[in-house]
Amino acid sequence: MDALDGNAIGGLLQEVFGTDMTSAASVCGTCGAASLVAELAVYTNAPGTVVRCRSCDSVLMVFVKIHDRTCVDLMGLAVLGG
Amino acid sequence: MSPVSRGFHRRRQDPAANAGRVPPGQYVTKDFPVLSAGPTPHTALDRWSFSVGRAGQRKTWSWQEFRALPSQEVTVDIHCVTKWTKLDTAWSGVSVDTLLDLAGYDGPFVMARCDGGYTTNLPVEDLRDGKAWVAYAYDGRPLEPEHGGPARLLVPHLYFWKSAKWVRGLELRDTNDPGFWENYGYHIYGDPWREQRYAGD
Amino acid sequence: MAGTAVRRRLTWQVAKVTAVTAETASVRTITLDVPDWPGHQAGQHVDIRLTAEDGYVAERSYSIASAPGEPVAITVERLEDGEVSPYLTDELRTGDDLELRGPIGGYFVWEPADGGPLLLLAGGSGVVPLRSILRHRERTGSTVPIRLLYSSRTLDDVIYRRELDQPAAGVEVIHTLTRHQPSGWTGYARRVDAALLAEVAWPADALPLTYACGPTSFVEAVSQVLVQSGYPPQRVKTERFGATGGT
Repeated sequence: MDALDGNAIGGLLQEVFGTDMTSAASVCGTCGAASLVAELAVYTNAPGTVVRCRSCDSVLMVFVKIHDRTCVDLMGLAVLGG
Repeated sequence: MSPVSRGFHRRRQDPAANAGRVPPGQYVTKDFPVLSAGPTPHTALDRWSFSVGRAGQRKTWSWQEFRALPSQEVTVDIHCVTKWTKLDTAWSGVSVDTLLDLAGYDGPFVMARCDGGYTTNLPVEDLRDGKAWVAYAYDGRPLEPEHGGPARLLVPHLYFWKSAKWVRGLELRDTNDPGFWENYGYHIYGDPWREQRYAGD
Repeated sequence: MAGTAVRRRLTWQVAKVTAVTAETASVRTITLDVPDWPGHQAGQHVDIRLTAEDGYVAERSYSIASAPGEPVAITVERLEDGEVSPYLTDELRTGDDLELRGPIGGYFVWEPADGGPLLLLAGGSGVVPLRSILRHRERTGSTVPIRLLYSSRTLDDVIYRRELDQPAAGVEVIHTLTRHQPSGWTGYARRVDAALLAEVAWPADALPLTYACGPTSFVEAVSQVLVQSGYPPQRVKTERFGATGGT
């Protein structure tokens, strides 16, 4: 089960953040690895969408659709955007 | 609701002969979808171990020791929170009753711990009395890594996210702390017959 | 126009199918009339949403095959056991409605001002967004040199074959056929590897811009080889397609 990348959730990210996020910068809160969101490892075949750091596999973002709402957890990131 | 797409329907399902076996909101599939929240771990059997207990007080089995325990063949229906249900899945595994009894430790709750960092929480009562196994074979063959091999938890009466893949231990706890998906909004218990998908359902 | 394409609110809208064209036995290009389409950039994609009568919803993403300025078109490969792709390739007809949102993506895009030379690496249906780049280059009169290395199983699986057999000046198309080659084939006949890339890729000191698209295993293999050969990673853009997410 190979991971996709942040391009695969471009629509979801734009829906949540109101703008394209695939070219946004991110920094992993666990290992400090810097990456563009488009380059992060994305798992979409799950009860939610899980975005992980390619260097250390830590969870950076989780999106879960609960009834009509999309719940977003960004706790794994040190930096997003800019 | 969005406009209907002319002629579109989900993959063909089994007929209503399965009524009574399909929890609300589920559809029957013949596939065995692989769901994963992260990279597939590959743990060599000579490095694999399984533990039951708490920090400092655990009973641990190596793969050989684990496979020497009495095991069972069971055929069960499984229900994923993503709405697919698969009927008559055949597994071989060691009953969690056996593991808890041999360990001799107790507690009201369990956190299942897995390679790759996945966790899920359950009441011990839902793992006892023939309701749960640590399964090492599916459909007569050793469990594939993408389906949770070398061994996974099998708790068919709850949504399948509770049947943790790549399980390495059951940590006994006094509180029902949320595991991975429970932490992100999924139901703390997860009974498919009461459609307990999300917290608050 | 291109700048506003990524900053507008993303809403679902209903498009009308205006044409369904066979590219190969299992691949179709679907041309759409999208009301109030704001325009798109080469390399962007759209999300498609299908709703069954019982309310069941399936969503997938497809790269835009057409250039900015052309009607929106997506190219879909029918995947065996797929849930959505067989519907799009076999059932959908001219005049049907199709719900979509887009354009999406600001990373895997190319404008002539980004320069080159360009190295485009396509694994199977990964050729779709790269074809949009090729058409955009031609429509804008850009002279940026492009090499497209396109990996397919057999010649019959090559999408846009006729178009790619007549590339514009400054564009080179190199095929590799990994499973079966026609008799007399003198081209590459294996999966893309370091030796093949060494022969085809621009030298690192040409400062190329690379776009690699296709299955995860293809994209990771080729980008790793390129970075090891001296291509700076920030000039190698990747887009991974999934068999499961995109069925």
